[in-house]
Amino acid sequence: MCAPSADERLRNSFFKTLIDNQVTVELKNDIQIRGTLKSVDQYLNIKLDDISVLDDLKYPHLSSVKNVFIRGSVVRYVHLPHNAVDVTLLEDATRREAANQAQKAK
Amino acid sequence: MAEGEEGAAAGSVSEPLDLVRLLLDEVVFVKLRGDRELKGRLHAYDSHMNLVLGDVVETIYVVDEDDEDEEIRTVTKKSEMLFVRGDSVVLVSPHTSS
Repeated sequence: MCAPSADERLRNSFFKTLIDNQVTVELKNDIQIRGTLKSVDQYLNIKLDDISVLDDLKYPHLSSVKNVFIRGSVVRYVHLPHNAVDVTLLEDATRREAANQAQKAK
Repeated sequence: MAEGEEGAAAGSVSEPLDLVRLLLDEVVFVKLRGDRELKGRLHAYDSHMNLVLGDVVETIYVVDEDDEDEEIRTVTKKSEMLFVRGDSVVLVSPHTSS
């Protein structure tokens, strides 16, 4: 497998800072799973602990499941707690990454 | 940070993603697959168009088909901080209040 590119590392390290926070993952089939973020990899596959499914009457499939591994490609959104995100740091990191990409493109 | 390259390389618009860079920390309008739209402050993006938005309002367009006539209903949801996976993104545009 090829090595993760710089911006994959960036996104990955962003999620690393969110580990052990409560997040809600919304899948492309509209199921929303809330749980503790346990790990994330380069594909943005996600491991959640102590999960609960929002609207579990409509989606009872996972009512007995405690931990999940979610394939990154089926994720639509990840809802994050805003106090767990340093937006200035994030914007600076994005600008730096954009400059790196521009440098590489030359 | 190297402010010098900000003026030369990083400040210029030479590829499409540079337009997105200019929208950092601005309120943006994002169109997504599945009849969804987002409005929120852009905090991060990458080359996959993965986004991090703050103070987000999501609008979903749902077609109600109750006896013969179709009606388009909108559902709005709010989120304080949202990561959006790039493969759902159709377009990103500066938000103009209208």
